Amino acid sequence: MRRRLHRSAPLAAVLAGALLLSACGAGGRSDDGDGGDEGGGGGATAPGVTEDSITIGAHFPLTGVAAPGYNEIPTGAKAYFDYVNAQGGVNGRQIEYLVRDDGYNPTNTSSVTNELVLEEEIFAMVGGLGTPTHSAVVDFLNDEGVPDFFVSSGSLQWGDDPENAPYTFGWQPDYEIEGKIIGQYVAENMPDAKVGLFLQDDDFGDDAEKGVRQFLDEQIVAAERYTSGNTDVGPQIAGLQAAGADLVLAFNTPSYTALSQLVALKLGYQPQWFYSNVGSDADLVGSLLSRFSEGAVEGGSGSLDGVMTTEYIPGVDQPDDPWVQLWQKVWDEHGEKGELTNYRVYGMSHAYAFVQALLAAGEDLTRDGLVEAMEEVGADLDGPQLAPFRYSADSHLGISGLRVVEIRDGAGEDLTPVLVTDIGDAEIAEDDSGQDGDAPPESGVPEAP
Amino acid sequence: MATALRRGRTWWAGSVLGRHLLVALLGLVVVVVVLESASDFRNLQLASMAYLGIAAGGLTVLTGLNGQISLGHGALMAIGAYTTALLLDDRDAGTPLPLVVLAAVAVTLLVGAVVGAAAARLHGPYLAGATLALAVAVPGIALYFKEQLGGEQGLRVVLPDIPTWVLDLAFFVTGQDLTRSRYVACLAWLTLIVTFVLLANLSRTRVGRRWRAVRDDEVAAELAGIRLGRARVSAFVVSAAAAGAAGAMMAITVRLAAPSGFTITLSLTLLTAVVLGGLGSLGGALLGAALLTFLPQVVTDLGVDAGLSDIQAAELAPLVYGLVMVVVVLVAPAGLVGTARTALLRRRLQRAGTGTSTSTSTDTAAPTSTSTTSKGTTT
Repeated sequence: MRRRLHRSAPLAAVLAGALLLSACGAGGRSDDGDGGDEGGGGGATAPGVTEDSITIGAHFPLTGVAAPGYNEIPTGAKAYFDYVNAQGGVNGRQIEYLVRDDGYNPTNTSSVTNELVLEEEIFAMVGGLGTPTHSAVVDFLNDEGVPDFFVSSGSLQWGDDPENAPYTFGWQPDYEIEGKIIGQYVAENMPDAKVGLFLQDDDFGDDAEKGVRQFLDEQIVAAERYTSGNTDVGPQIAGLQAAGADLVLAFNTPSYTALSQLVALKLGYQPQWFYSNVGSDADLVGSLLSRFSEGAVEGGSGSLDGVMTTEYIPGVDQPDDPWVQLWQKVWDEHGEKGELTNYRVYGMSHAYAFVQALLAAGEDLTRDGLVEAMEEVGADLDGPQLAPFRYSADSHLGISGLRVVEIRDGAGEDLTPVLVTDIGDAEIAEDDSGQDGDAPPESGVPEAP
Repeated sequence: MATALRRGRTWWAGSVLGRHLLVALLGLVVVVVVLESASDFRNLQLASMAYLGIAAGGLTVLTGLNGQISLGHGALMAIGAYTTALLLDDRDAGTPLPLVVLAAVAVTLLVGAVVGAAAARLHGPYLAGATLALAVAVPGIALYFKEQLGGEQGLRVVLPDIPTWVLDLAFFVTGQDLTRSRYVACLAWLTLIVTFVLLANLSRTRVGRRWRAVRDDEVAAELAGIRLGRARVSAFVVSAAAAGAAGAMMAITVRLAAPSGFTITLSLTLLTAVVLGGLGSLGGALLGAALLTFLPQVVTDLGVDAGLSDIQAAELAPLVYGLVMVVVVLVAPAGLVGTARTALLRRRLQRAGTGTSTSTSTDTAAPTSTSTTSKGTTT
């Protein structure tokens, strides 16, 4: 193209520019082989840690469709960290907790995680929420060597492959073991039920289905899937009705609990509902029900009465539980406006576990040290969880079990003791660790293990 | 001094390509200096700005110069991004990056040609509706072909290792080792510069004049021998190709191609970037992209510093963005760059005295384009 130009001035300018650049050039590169990835942990000065502070971060949907309920989790975690800070922090260090909004959009998750890791230089990511969102950043966090603790999602990918993601730890029971325990309960107690599955069409539904089918493959008459974001679940519920399912095992988020209930009302479909833990928060579903139906259905904590579900930490429906009493105290002292909710309890519970991890890692806090400490002592940690964690060098999966409950008057009534298991063919057994009967220490702050 | 300037002006004003290349070279130098001094995080933010800028640049050519509106550019970006993700699915995928980007552009270009052929038959709201359907449908395709396209969780993108010669070159020029973030930012900005040079050049040639003629008066254009359909399709195809390049850069920057990244919001976001900056102006598109990238974070940080809770601060960002949008439309209806340019022209005219100067700027388009599309539909 340049040859067509009559005047050679632009060419001269280009050449001059190139000359200028090369004149300021720095000569050859010393080959240190390292692509530039710094901060792989180690060393006495871990990023985000100073003499008197530890900076950690998290991504949550604070705005948008996924925000109701989920945006309360970080307020709970923050209240607990403030509570610990007020008692002197962890090894004299105050915890600074930064929360960024990703609107449940993986593109945003990627950019806010960049901000947290590269700009704010957080020591660790704690409780980042969502399967599609967090899977956008899990490689990045592991490449950078940032501990990625207690992902707020039950997908298997946070813990079943520590070789590939050595810095990532799950927290809540994964969806597969939840599916297994539900499947076994149904197979033993309702052997004649015609089972329909209502599944979210991603890891959540897939992992759960894998677990359920281990026990119920014969009994399942239909499996319907919905795509998160599409609010019309009419065809799926009608499909379950047409297949004659009289027990629906639903693995969905709270909005879809409300939607499926409304559609079932419309169709005159009355099966026994069994919602997995994620979608069964009675208060939130109640308020969603009255909002979606524009007041036609009366919401309230009683809206899910008669529904079966599971639980793995004590919630606000058990005000006498010592852990819930601690959470209530923390919320009264350090919380924002509003009531203590199950989502805030969830946030406080994983904040508690993170404080335990920090204590286990000791005074000389490093990123690799934190991961090693968690692998070493993680399985023995006390805490609000009803069953112990499964953390070890081979598994970064979280809580190992849960119990089946039926909701009556907005509160869960136990149908089984706490059952524990692991992914794959592992047996389901009654938990004998005594985790569900323990109480927090007097101070409300964990002691170093 | 003044004569020297004027003489200096004549040699480069003589050739459009030469002038654009010179601006591009200056831009390149500025980009290298800025990327070099910015932190890793800023580099990634600048990369986001670049991919939004590329897509907005393509859209501003379509809307500003050809008078077609598209609410589906987010979907075209998705096609570019998914092509990239399929080619870069693991570390030893082996496809060289320039080829990947070209493939993304080519696939999007094909889709753009098909959509453009349909779009060329439509006007105003009908065209908006058709492209809107595209924006809604394309993410659905990724959900339907779950096995191949990863469903809701999308496909991960693995950036291949940086070639050694690039590392050497980067060290030679800057004296620092090239980090991955900086590499991504350099790629994105290089693509932006190349795309903008091509777009700017194209809009100054016969093709661009045809686009404008079609935009301004269809009947007159047809009388002058311009085939309307061909002009419209070519504008759409060029614009789609830019969106494809933007999608490729987005996939590389975000390391993921997932349907939730390409919702209708993205398409509308691009349109707002174009409107904020000024229809038909590439500089405006870049300015709009900069606002989109930096405003939310700045506002959120200000909110947190002012003592708002995290949730309130997060809600502040879209509010302020909306307010900025309203203010710009009220105060500067031709967009920021468009209005600034009109003001500059007016002042120059005043200084030169009325009547002597006829140096018209070709790109100030916003008000005329909207009035003429409605004129066009009456035929």
